[in-house]
Amino acid sequence: MSNAPRTLFEKVWSAHEVVPETPDTPAVLYVDLHLTHEVTSPQAFAMLKDRGLKVRRPDRTFATMDHATPTDRAQIFGGVPIRMESAAKQIAMLERNCAEFGIELLKLRDDQRGIVHIIGPELGLTQPGRTIVCGDSHTSTHGAFGALAFGIGTTEVGHVFATQCLLQRKPKTFAVNVEGAFGPGVTAKDLILAIINAVGVSGGTGSVFEYRGSAIRALSMEERMTVCNMSIEAGARAGMIAPDETTFAYLKGRPRAPQGADWDRAVERWRTLVTDPGASFDREVSIDASKLRPMITYGTNPGMSVGIDEAIPASGDAVYAKALEYMGLSPGQTMLGQPVQVVFLGSCTNGRISDLRAAARVLKGRRVASGVHFLVVPGSQQVKREAEAEGLDRVFIEAGADWRESGCSMCLGMNGDTVGKGAYCVSTSNRNFEGRQGVGARTLLASPITAAASAVQGRVADPREYL
Amino acid sequence: MDPIKTLRSRTVVMPRTNIDTDQIIPGRFLTTTTKEGLGAQLFADWRYDAAGAPIPDFVLNRPESQGCAILVAGRNVGCGSSREHAPWALYDWGFRAVVSTEIADIFRNNSLKNGLLPVIVDEETHGWLVANPGAEITIDLESTTLRLPTGRTATFPVEAFARYCLLNGIDETGYLLGQDAKIAAFEARHVA
Ligand code: SF4
Repeated sequence: MSNAPRTLFEKVWSAHEVVPETPDTPAVLYVDLHLTHEVTSPQAFAMLKDRGLKVRRPDRTFATMDHATPTDRAQIFGGVPIRMESAAKQIAMLERNCAEFGIELLKLRDDQRGIVHIIGPELGLTQPGRTIVCGDSHTSTHGAFGALAFGIGTTEVGHVFATQCLLQRKPKTFAVNVEGAFGPGVTAKDLILAIINAVGVSGGTGSVFEYRGSAIRALSMEERMTVCNMSIEAGARAGMIAPDETTFAYLKGRPRAPQGADWDRAVERWRTLVTDPGASFDREVSIDASKLRPMITYGTNPGMSVGIDEAIPASGDAVYAKALEYMGLSPGQTMLGQPVQVVFLGSCTNGRISDLRAAARVLKGRRVASGVHFLVVPGSQQVKREAEAEGLDRVFIEAGADWRESGCSMCLGMNGDTVGKGAYCVSTSNRNFEGRQGVGARTLLASPITAAASAVQGRVADPREYL
Repeated sequence: MDPIKTLRSRTVVMPRTNIDTDQIIPGRFLTTTTKEGLGAQLFADWRYDAAGAPIPDFVLNRPESQGCAILVAGRNVGCGSSREHAPWALYDWGFRAVVSTEIADIFRNNSLKNGLLPVIVDEETHGWLVANPGAEITIDLESTTLRLPTGRTATFPVEAFARYCLLNGIDETGYLLGQDAKIAAFEARHVA
């Protein structure tokens, strides 16, 4: 083997090549962990049945239900039927398929259930150096641990079920260097919104990001997950962060992480998962973290963002004009002070315990403005339990927020939790596409503290006033 | 899967940039458990009004769009969610190719696996297509060229193996299953 310096991505990629790529054929890439859920799996299971195939490695496959599941307690635990019939059908089908193919499934009432990208790390299934795939584009979240993790389509879900492998062309590498310290009120969410704004929503196409630099090293694991989660919103296949002591401390003792002597051996292996000095990237971009301010989106893709106290830029572009028309906003206007009707705290971007804590700090002793629906949806049942143990649920409920069971919920509105036509929603999720949160919904993406501050004011608010 | 060699059709033009998969097929329609029938919901939020009636102005509802198999879209089409329901819906409506200057990764991959050709062309060709909606064009996968009625041709990139599979109607699942011995050998030596 040559000793040429390699990037983190190249190390993980080459350790999983069953067959390397050639000009005529893509690589056959081995998948260590396949996560699956109710929405993108039915047609893949149907393919297995049609062809009489088994799941090759049920032990490397793990299922949960999250996208279409209700967040209403009565529908989960109270014996009230699931209101959306189509969702009930998908849930029942996932149960049948997992039973038939021997796949471990967290069912609706399981106390470890949650959004697929929250529970992978929480259970210690997400580990450095692994290849992780799921029929969901935000699989990039798991890259925060130095895993190569990316979203796949349903046909590919079928490929992994049948062979534990994927046909893949090797992506390009793209270094995102972030130096400096965050100012007050600036969070990991603001950083990734700023990165997407700088790179563009298709700037990462064909690439795998590696987030590097002092600002990244200083982030907690939950913050790193927020950053990697939205890599796909810049078009990147995946985003990775080299594992370090922060990573190991997070994973140690998690139920599915290696234990005892296995743990020590694993950490020794994981320490090699860094980009070698002198390794080169196909592309690079640099961001100065100290110059960032709290960010918010004003348009219909995650790249259309501004600093919270900055004006919406003008542009002669017709598509841009259409986006602003949908949003009911005008160039020159600042987002600060824009009335909002809904605030959503949750999703695989910002539905973790540290996100709830940060929002609760802003909310404590204050009230949600009248006329604002503040929906708080923990990312997993474990996050929910932790929050309740700390009394965060009381803070939210006393402030007038709506405290729910875990799931994707208003991030994509599949389960019936929607914003309402024409209404503005400050959301901690990751997509502000037209109709993403329900027909006609106007989504403003922001951090948990910006969301909480806006809930209090009933208008887009600057979180720095609440620190 | 039926082999694809050449495709000759009039175009439907949707010049917007960043048409994401949430627009192609909104989330509330992802509750299906089969691939068929999604064509009726293709671009639902642009195509139907609040009462569910077709909006006559929307390009897919116009008479001249019926029977067209080629969609010309603005830059970065297919960004966003990995839902394979997007190519299924386009295919079910009758599309067999999507032409743009830039096509998002996962969508491009998903399309190739479902008999929907992602065709990336240069700005100039794209500009012509946008300016001439309904033009009859030919897409030839064998020579990887797109031919305009003006005689101008543009070549487009297609990953070699995907092209081979499409031309010969080969299915990738079968190919991967054929790698079984290599996969088993890999599993025997692989840690993690
Ligand atoms: S929370 Fe939203 S982005 Fe995350 S997996 Fe669920 S639907 Fe997808």
